[in-house]
Formats: sequence, C-alpha cells, structure tokens
Amino acid sequence: MALFQIAEPGESAAPHEHKLAIGIDLGTTNSLVATVRSGIAVCLSDEQGRPLLPSVVRYHADNSTEVGYDAQTRQAIDPRNTIVSVKRFMGRGLKDIAHVESMPYDFIEAPGMVKVNTIGGIKSPVEVSAEILKCLKQRAETALAGDLVGAVITVPAYFDDAQRQATKDAARLAGLNVLRLLNEPTAAAIAYGLDNGSEGVYAVYDLGGGTFDISILKLTKGVFEVMSTGGDSALGGDDFDHRIFCWVIEQAKLQPLSPEDGRLLMMRCREAKEFLTNNPEAPLTARLSTGEMVDLKLDVTTFADIAQTLISKTLQPVKKALRDAGLRAEDIKGVVMVGGATRMPQVQKAVGDFFRQEPLTNLDPDKVVALGAATQANLLVGNKTGKDDWLLLDVIPLSLGLETMGGLTEKVIPRNSTIPTARAQEFTTFKDGQTAMAIHVVQGERELVSDCRSLARFELRGIPPMVAGAARIRVTFQVDADGLLSVAAREQTTGVESSVTVKPSYGLSDDEIAGMLKDSMEHAKDDAMSRALKEAQVEAQRMIEATEAALKEDPHLLNEAETAKIVATIAKLRDTMAGENRRLINIAMDDLGFETQAFAHRRMDQSIKKVLSGRNVDDIKMGEDA
Amino acid sequence: MDIRADHFSLFGLSPGFRLDLSDLDSRYRDIQAQVHPDRFANAGDAERRLSMQWATHANEAYQTLKKPLERAKYLLHLAGHDIQAESNTAMPADFLMEQMEWREAVMEARSGGDHHELERLHNRLRGDINARYEELGELFDQGDHALATDRVRRLMFLEKLLYEIDDALASLEE
Repeated sequence: MALFQIAEPGESAAPHEHKLAIGIDLGTTNSLVATVRSGIAVCLSDEQGRPLLPSVVRYHADNSTEVGYDAQTRQAIDPRNTIVSVKRFMGRGLKDIAHVESMPYDFIEAPGMVKVNTIGGIKSPVEVSAEILKCLKQRAETALAGDLVGAVITVPAYFDDAQRQATKDAARLAGLNVLRLLNEPTAAAIAYGLDNGSEGVYAVYDLGGGTFDISILKLTKGVFEVMSTGGDSALGGDDFDHRIFCWVIEQAKLQPLSPEDGRLLMMRCREAKEFLTNNPEAPLTARLSTGEMVDLKLDVTTFADIAQTLISKTLQPVKKALRDAGLRAEDIKGVVMVGGATRMPQVQKAVGDFFRQEPLTNLDPDKVVALGAATQANLLVGNKTGKDDWLLLDVIPLSLGLETMGGLTEKVIPRNSTIPTARAQEFTTFKDGQTAMAIHVVQGERELVSDCRSLARFELRGIPPMVAGAARIRVTFQVDADGLLSVAAREQTTGVESSVTVKPSYGLSDDEIAGMLKDSMEHAKDDAMSRALKEAQVEAQRMIEATEAALKEDPHLLNEAETAKIVATIAKLRDTMAGENRRLINIAMDDLGFETQAFAHRRMDQSIKKVLSGRNVDDIKMGEDA
Repeated sequence: MDIRADHFSLFGLSPGFRLDLSDLDSRYRDIQAQVHPDRFANAGDAERRLSMQWATHANEAYQTLKKPLERAKYLLHLAGHDIQAESNTAMPADFLMEQMEWREAVMEARSGGDHHELERLHNRLRGDINARYEELGELFDQGDHALATDRVRRLMFLEKLLYEIDDALASLEE
C-alpha cells in the first residue's frame, strides 16, 4: 500500500495541484511569456531557444499568419501585410497615430479604433495582437504540457482605458483567461523587489519599443504601493529609429521611398542604433530597389544629438510623477531601468544625471516585465508557498471625467487614485422639462473636452419632467483592479429610476468577439462552439474548486441546511458540466453563484474581523452578517 | 462588518481628528491584504464582486482619513454638521481681504516667473495651514463642532490656494 503524503506546513497540501499560470509581456517590438517553475520565474523559449517573439504578424491571402522572427525577416518584402508595432494602434484612431505617412499600411478609419486592410482581410489591432498572444499561449502550453489556468498580461502604466480594454479583448480573443492586466513598471518592480528584498521608494523608468512609463513605488513590508505614474504612450525606441531614418533621408538626399525600401531602411536604422550601444560608430548601408546605394556611418556624437530631444521628452513625465508623489529626485532610493531602449548609454546617462545615482540594470531589461508578470500570475492562482506573499496597490494613470456645459471637463476620479476605486457625482438638468441627458465620459488632464480622450457616450432617458436644476442625476464611475472603467447613471429624486451601465464604446461586444473567434476558428479547422463549451467547462471547474476550498476552510460559517444546499448545487453543476449544453452549464453556474452569495459575505466579514481583532483595537462595532 | 459602517470602524479606530498616520497606513495595508481583488483572482463571481466593493471602500476610507481636511469634513459629517461648501460661500470680510492679498501675491509671482517667491509663499502658507490644523484638533477635542465647521471652511480656501501655488511652481518648471 502506498504511503500517504504530508506537505510541509504552509505549503499546498497537494503539490500536484500546482496551477499553470503565465505572465505575458505584450510589447511593441518584442513579446515574451514566462512562468514560475519550482519557485523561480523563467521565460519560455521557442524550439530554437529564443525567448523573444518579435511582435510582428504577417497575413497571407488564405488568412493564415506568420508570427515572430519569420514575419520580421519578411517585412521588407511584404510590408503592407506585415504588421509591426501593432501596440501603437491599440485603442487608437487614425489621427492619434504618429508618423502615419511613413507607414506602409492601408489604414481604414473605424469608430474608436483604426483597422488595417491586409491581403488576408481587414484586421483590427485587437486581432493582430491576438495572433501574437495565441503564439505565446501555444508556446506555454507546449512547454508546460497542460491547460493554463490563466494569464497576467502587462500593459504600459500610461495606457488609457481604450488601450487597456483593447488589450483585454485581444487576450480573450486568443482564448486566454485574463487574471489581471498589470502595469509594466509594476511588474518590473515585483521582479526586482523580490530579488533585492529592499524597502523604500523606487522609480521605474520603462522605455520600451513604443511606450514610455515612469512609476514611483513605495515598498513596505510586502506591499508594493504605486504612488504616482506618468509617461507617454507614443514614445519609445521606435521613435529613435525614426529620427535616424529622417537623418539618413536627409544625408543621402533620398527621394520618397517605396514601402519596401522604407521598411528595409528602418530596419537598418534600428540595427545601427543597437550597434552604437557598444561601439563608437555604426555602418548604415542599404541597397534600395531603385538601385541606389545608401552607405553612411553614424557616430555616437551625431546619434547623441539626434536622441537628445527624445530623451529630454521622457524627463518631463518623470518630473510630473515625482511632483504627484510629493517627492524630489533625492528621495528616490533606486532607479530601475526597464525596456530594451534603456540599453542606450545616452538614456542611462540622462537618467543617472537626473536622479544623481547609477540606475539599476542588473536584470535583463527585455525580460524583467515578463518575469514580474509570471510571478504575479503565480500568486493570483494561489500557488504561493507561504513566505512569498505580497500585495500590489496600483493606480490609474489619467483622470476620468464627464463633459459639462460649454465643452468643459469635470473630473470625477483624479489621476493616481489607487484602484479599485469608485466615485459618484451628481449632475442636474439644464432646461425645464428635460427628460434625457447625454453623458460623455472622457479621460485626460486637460480642461477642454476636445483635448481629452473620448471614452464613451450614452444617454440617460426617462428623467421625469421637472424645472431646470431640480433633477438629481447620480453618475457613478467604477474602476476595477485592471484599471477598467464602467459607468452607471440614475435619476434619484423621484421614484422613477432610470439606470444604465456602460462599457466604453471601443470595447468589443461579446457578439463581435464570438464572430472573430468563429472566423479564426474556421481557419484553424476547429469549432467555435466546442471551444465556447470548453471555456464554460473550465470556468465551471474553477468555480467548483473555489467553492469547495471555501467550504473546507470555513464550514463553521454555514448551518447544515445551507451547506447541504451548496453541496447539492455543486453536484448539479458537476452533472451539467459532463454534458455538452453550454447554456445549461451557465445556468448551473449562476445557481451556484446565487447559493454562495451569503457565504461569500460571511467569509469576507470574517477576514476583515480577523485583521481588526489582531490589533489593539478600541471600540470595534462588530456588525452582524451583512 | 457592515460596508456602511463609518470609515474609522473599518480600520478599528474610534472617530477623532488626531490620528497616527503610520498606524493608519499599516491598518489600511492589513485590510487590503484581506479584501483586495488579487486575493480573489481565482474565486467565484460573488466573492470577486464583494472583494472589489470592499477594496474600493477601503481605498475611499483611507483617502478620506489620510488627509486632515477630508478627515475633518468627514468627522463633521458624522456629527451632523453641514459644511455647506457649495451653497454658503459667505466668509468674514477680513478673511476674504486676506485671501485677496494672497492671491495677488501668487499671481504676481507667477506672471513674473519668480520661482523663489512662490517657494516662499508656499512655505509661509504651509506653516499657517499646519497651525490651523493644530487649532482644529483642539476644537475637536473640546467637541466644539460649530467653530470647527467655520475653521474647516477657512481651511478649504487655504488648501485651494496652496494647490494653486504648487500648480504655478509646476508650470514654471515645465
């Protein structure tokens, strides 16, 4: 007879139940996937041992795709159908995108977000990003040999609601269960903080391929508290390439280039930039399709000149973030450098001069975000080993507000508010007898609505006719832990209540996601229905496990009848799960959700009381069960 | 624990203006460590929703208690005193005169780009505000909510002014 196994105190009683979770850094230039193996975060490599996946997707006429290195090498041959730096288009309209004129794509303006017409059809940036994510998901599934419980996907801290929502949609489209959207500098801080075990205030300077973030974080006893964040979601290594590109055009007196030549030259510019990191001079040569030969040398001094403006552009948000945190440069204990673009010695020097200290570069700036994301994912799925426990308190980067009379912005939630957060504000009618109200949600710091980003417009109808100023419309903003907003409005002076909740308009509806899934599945010769069924089954399983764990942990919070009812509902869900009817599974899940509501309340109540009773408390009002 | 209970009891504190901020910080972190959505990323829907509500509530309570002006307003609200921030802007004439002088000084320094003068104004006002918070503490100790309400209304003006000075300093830096 086999012996029973007993786990180390504090460790999971069932080591074989280690849940598979991944962290994904969905970057402008490169993407990575990482996981925690035997307590250590590692990046997962492809068959050739390469951890990076170039964020490049090439579409073919049959709608199949090439992703990564293969697509990257073909970009100069097939620039129109090979999408690079798609992250720059996420949640963006055509007018928001810089250097459109030097891009080879056939852009199509669409409401909320631009699209690209490729040989494989019209693609939204969400779909292109989903291709990259699918590739990483597959890499992880092969490496880990199992089903993934979920993923943490990183986003630039300075991403607004539209960009975050687009990222989450892309992950859903790729079939990933998103545990959390995590800010990239925060992810880097986790990777660093846990390695260095330091306390104090740190700055994370994250210059990626297309985005710049600065976050100021306070580390105290296992808590990572973001004090402020700032940045520029359209500034990164790409812009340095573009500056060199413009310099080449000028030096070589080139006529307007074909898309192919443009791509080729841009690649050469990037290579030259990278070469200059360790060399005083970089050759820059290219044979163009016109037969023209570009043959230049870029030296460090010239490059430093070219880079100067861009580097000082990053220091403005740094100053602002420090001010928002109420700190000065000398209060910062350490500066963490993240992102491939921080390899440029010019960037390191400028940051070092500003903070008057040598920046920390001991972790690979390309990998640190993915490693932090994997570490967080591991914690979120509950694979912790007792001693490794920490809490993240992050913020929203930009203020959220509403349009009021005269096109002015009324801020409802200020930037750098700790999430999750909610705030309600009351508004009133402008005219006598007004029965509807247009609500326009915006994000940004500027006073004029036209200078802010429009997130959503909706109408609240059914306001009872009253004199101007008599109605009381309460608009509630809720930002969740992913930094995503939902808005609700309700008229509350009269008994007649009209209420509406919106997700900002660029977010994809479930139908759209289903449609896209179906399209992609047809290609993969899979069945969208069976996948939806599988997803429901996985979700049901997760719910059963969570409920059973709760029952085991806190049986004393329920009486016999309640326990029996929950156990029976679990059994019913389990039966339904074995079947093939997705709708019935969803109904059974709703039932279980309903039956466990009171239990959830009591558990939450208990854990808060536990905190309070662990202290030298005065005057706690022990409330009854909520 | 009732989510509608007052902000002080959420942190196991009795209502009062005088507060040990580092103690509040650590109580806040302990509560968040229990209720934050990251603790429930893999839980059922009901628990996830509750966790978001509680974490939101803890953030709001913490922000209110952390800042002395917000804390004072909240205490007055609990004591049933209305600050009438929007409807009643009447203030004594001498206070208003003083305010106008301050504002003129700030505007002058701002348009002249006088960084040094703005710093000086900031420090002077900061000192004044801190002294007023001391006084406010005594008023709350004595339970004089009527006078405290008047002092809070003055402080609202002063904090706004301080914000404007800082804003002017920031725009000079850029």
